[in-house]
Amino acid sequence: MNELVIQGVSRTFPGVRGGTPTLALQPTHLEIPRNDFVTILGPSGCGKSTLLRIIAGLDRPTTGKVLLAGMEVKGPGADRGMVFQSYTLFPWLTIRENVAFGLRERGVAEKEKWEIVDSYIDKVGLRGFENHWPKQLSGGMQQRTAIARALANGPRILLLDEPFGALDNQTRGLMQELLLGIWEREQKTVIFVTHDIEEAVFMANRVVTMSARPGRIKSITPVDLPHPRHYTVKASPEFSELRARLTEEIRGEAIVAATHG
Amino acid sequence: MTVGIDMQPLQPIRHSTRIALGILFFVLFFLAWGIATLGGFVSPTFLADPITMLNDGIYLITAQGFAYDIGMTIWRVVGGFVLASIIAVPLGIAMGAYKPIEALLEPFVSFARYLPASAFVPLLILWAGIGEMQKLLVIFIGAVFQIILMVAVAVAATRRDLVEAAYTLGAKDRGVVRRVLIPANAPDIAEILRLVLGWAWTYVIVAELIGASSGIGYMIINSQALMATGQIIFGIIVIGVIGLISDFAFKSLNRKLFAWRLA
Repeated sequence: MNELVIQGVSRTFPGVRGGTPTLALQPTHLEIPRNDFVTILGPSGCGKSTLLRIIAGLDRPTTGKVLLAGMEVKGPGADRGMVFQSYTLFPWLTIRENVAFGLRERGVAEKEKWEIVDSYIDKVGLRGFENHWPKQLSGGMQQRTAIARALANGPRILLLDEPFGALDNQTRGLMQELLLGIWEREQKTVIFVTHDIEEAVFMANRVVTMSARPGRIKSITPVDLPHPRHYTVKASPEFSELRARLTEEIRGEAIVAATHG
Repeated sequence: MTVGIDMQPLQPIRHSTRIALGILFFVLFFLAWGIATLGGFVSPTFLADPITMLNDGIYLITAQGFAYDIGMTIWRVVGGFVLASIIAVPLGIAMGAYKPIEALLEPFVSFARYLPASAFVPLLILWAGIGEMQKLLVIFIGAVFQIILMVAVAVAATRRDLVEAAYTLGAKDRGVVRRVLIPANAPDIAEILRLVLGWAWTYVIVAELIGASSGIGYMIINSQALMATGQIIFGIIVIGVIGLISDFAFKSLNRKLFAWRLA
């Protein structure tokens, strides 16, 4: 059974000051089974973030609908956890309180709440930083907290919008392994948006590529690399072959996106 | 102490240097004043010298019960200001959070903000007499619209991504207001209150210049009749000192309450 069904979802942004409306996303179909790890890969402006925001309920589709476990998505909710590219920890809450935000909002009992929070703080390796303010943490640690905050809420599906986009290369590699490790142990339906081809291949069960202006799904590529995946897999011939293929596909789109600005 | 001052744009300076420079200007100011008056460059009729001012101040406090006037003025400022804050802060938050409320109130508040509080004094005397209520109302009118508008602007400018993060964590509309919009803007709101409290001091003196029988402003207008410029200056300086103290208190309280901002 499919956990998430995207049925003919499109998005048109109204024209600014009477200008022509912009079609950001062509009617899109996609089905994602339970515990799948899908990465959405595309150049900027291909509508991948728009699609993710529609799934999250932060944006409304112009046509079509999104079904999560058979229920139509009408707005944002705790069943879809989201990690943003920008650092969105609440700066007035400590790390521990940030992770507890969703649980508190849903009225989970104190004792149970802190047990869940502490277990996720352990999982993302932030023990010892529970009582720090977000500002005192590095970008990578802040994004780890954001992942813990989303997961602690027990969502059916985890949505990530270029979560490691602002991090340096080394930190990004470590974060990929951390997230993949959590997914391998706990199983979860994940949609991960990125413009980094290597990241898309390394993380995914399936890579969905999107083309630019207007955005639409161009291809779906299964990734059959075995789990648990170690970072050394990035040097394997299978990985290189996938990367080369996707690079070729995305390159054309990036050229289109760059020339039509 | 040697004050090594290296002037470069935006270059921070040592804490001790900062304090020394701050005090230095006060010293220079009093020095210039002393030279102008004691040196005979300015007639004492128009400007008392610092020593006369101090003597007048001691006289005011010991013989004229000026401490009571100071107390009255502080109570009026605090009373009017607290009254204005209690009404304005929630209204400002509601305006910033909900666009229909903003659309309803923003034009009126923007208009009312420019109504000079001092011009209301005659009307308020007509409505509320010359008692304490009239003094509080002058400050209330002077402060309430300013606070509403500034709080509304701060709340409306809350980072969208924080609000969206809260929604994806299962927060409802009320939760977003209570647990994101308010805490995110609490330091700004405190800073707005600190600023407006400073303005409230201007209004209270204006309120006390007309129809008052106590307060620092009342003393000042009385001293004018006596040509006692020393007393007037002492009164003005007392206001400045109280303002400085309340400003310091506000700042250090904000630092304590909103440690996350400075972390």
